[in-house]
Amino acid sequence: MAGKFLLEVVTPEKLLLSQQVDEVIAPGLEGDFGVLSGHCHFLSMLRIGELRYRVGDQIDHMAVLWGYAEVTPTRVTVMAEIAEKAEDIDVERATAKVEEAERRLKQGGLPSDVKEAQISLEKARLRKKIAERARKVARA
Amino acid sequence: MPSLQSLRRKIAAFKNTQKITKAMKMVAAAKLKRSQDRILAARPYAHKMRGVLSNLSQRVNRSAHPLLQKREGKKVEVLVVTSDRGLCGGFNGNIVRRSTEFVRQCEARGVAVHLSIVGRKGRDYFRRRAWPIRQEWTGIFDKLSFEHAIDIGGDLTDHFIQGTFDELYVVYNEFKSAIQQRVIVEKLFPVDAASEFGVAPVEGAAGGGYLYEPGEAELLDVLVPKHFQVQTYRILLESAAAEHGARMAAMDGATRNAGQLIKKVTLYYNKTRQAAITKELMDIVGGAEALK
Repeated sequence: MAGKFLLEVVTPEKLLLSQQVDEVIAPGLEGDFGVLSGHCHFLSMLRIGELRYRVGDQIDHMAVLWGYAEVTPTRVTVMAEIAEKAEDIDVERATAKVEEAERRLKQGGLPSDVKEAQISLEKARLRKKIAERARKVARA
Repeated sequence: MPSLQSLRRKIAAFKNTQKITKAMKMVAAAKLKRSQDRILAARPYAHKMRGVLSNLSQRVNRSAHPLLQKREGKKVEVLVVTSDRGLCGGFNGNIVRRSTEFVRQCEARGVAVHLSIVGRKGRDYFRRRAWPIRQEWTGIFDKLSFEHAIDIGGDLTDHFIQGTFDELYVVYNEFKSAIQQRVIVEKLFPVDAASEFGVAPVEGAAGGGYLYEPGEAELLDVLVPKHFQVQTYRILLESAAAEHGARMAAMDGATRNAGQLIKKVTLYYNKTRQAAITKELMDIVGGAEALK
């Protein structure tokens, strides 16, 4: 049975999380990867996605938008451009963002605009998904 | 003996000066709060980044990325970070003195040194002395953003790759506390192994390779330039916070000194005034006596 290890999440704005956890599942650029204690050294880029970490039976979620993760046997360091804990996300705002991005995508325009709209849609959807789930869990 | 009127004017002038220094202190305190929050927030990210990079530099082949290369330190560049404005005590003086010292040391070793400078004050100083300035950035501290760091970091990395210099050092004020700054000389290029940063090398650092995703080259391509931007940003933020702290302390001192001066001159003014009144009285009494 693997022991606990330290998970740290930092963004350019702040140190978001520093906690002992049992397991981490992170959104790597080439697919999600899971980390348990004693993992070999590993360095990965992260895409827009969901970071999950487990302490005991409790699983927490976090939105991560680009970044890097450094894994060592005793530590996982996530350096994200933007990261938000599920409970910090404002559902209404996220929903509004989804709609706005969808509208922009429909409008079309220059390829660069479309690309940008796609990315912001992806970000917004992720936020919404995570935030809604966090709410359900909180209510239950 | 100065006239009463001129003393009154002097007191008024000191009071005006005191008002200004007091106002400047308030402004600096407000700005300090903001820049302090920013630097404290930015530090963990920058430090983690540096940790990852120094781990990496131990593991990967240095020729894997042009920015990791170690060349013989024949040409050195010093990035001097000063402020745009004065009236902040020894803030710029300390930087300039330390830089000069450092450059002399390098020159004594027979190394050619060029400067690049952030901040108007440092530029003015070194330009007056006709030092070789390669690049300068001024007026960025009013609206400091990550864009500036990308700009400066990009320029420096470009020139490192082109071989304009082999080593890069930064001289800047580190924000220790609101009233304390520390002048730091830090080596940015080339990246050194962890131990030289004072960061403990990671367990088992000697052997086994990292796994990379995507490939090593792609990852380094993104991570290494990013690292320099983040470090540059951190240094700019440190300097900005330190500047406001230094200015606040300097203006606090100036306000206190002005208060002392006002007290002294007021005392002298009152003495002089009393002496004048006494003299006048004596004249009157003397005149009255003479009439008897």
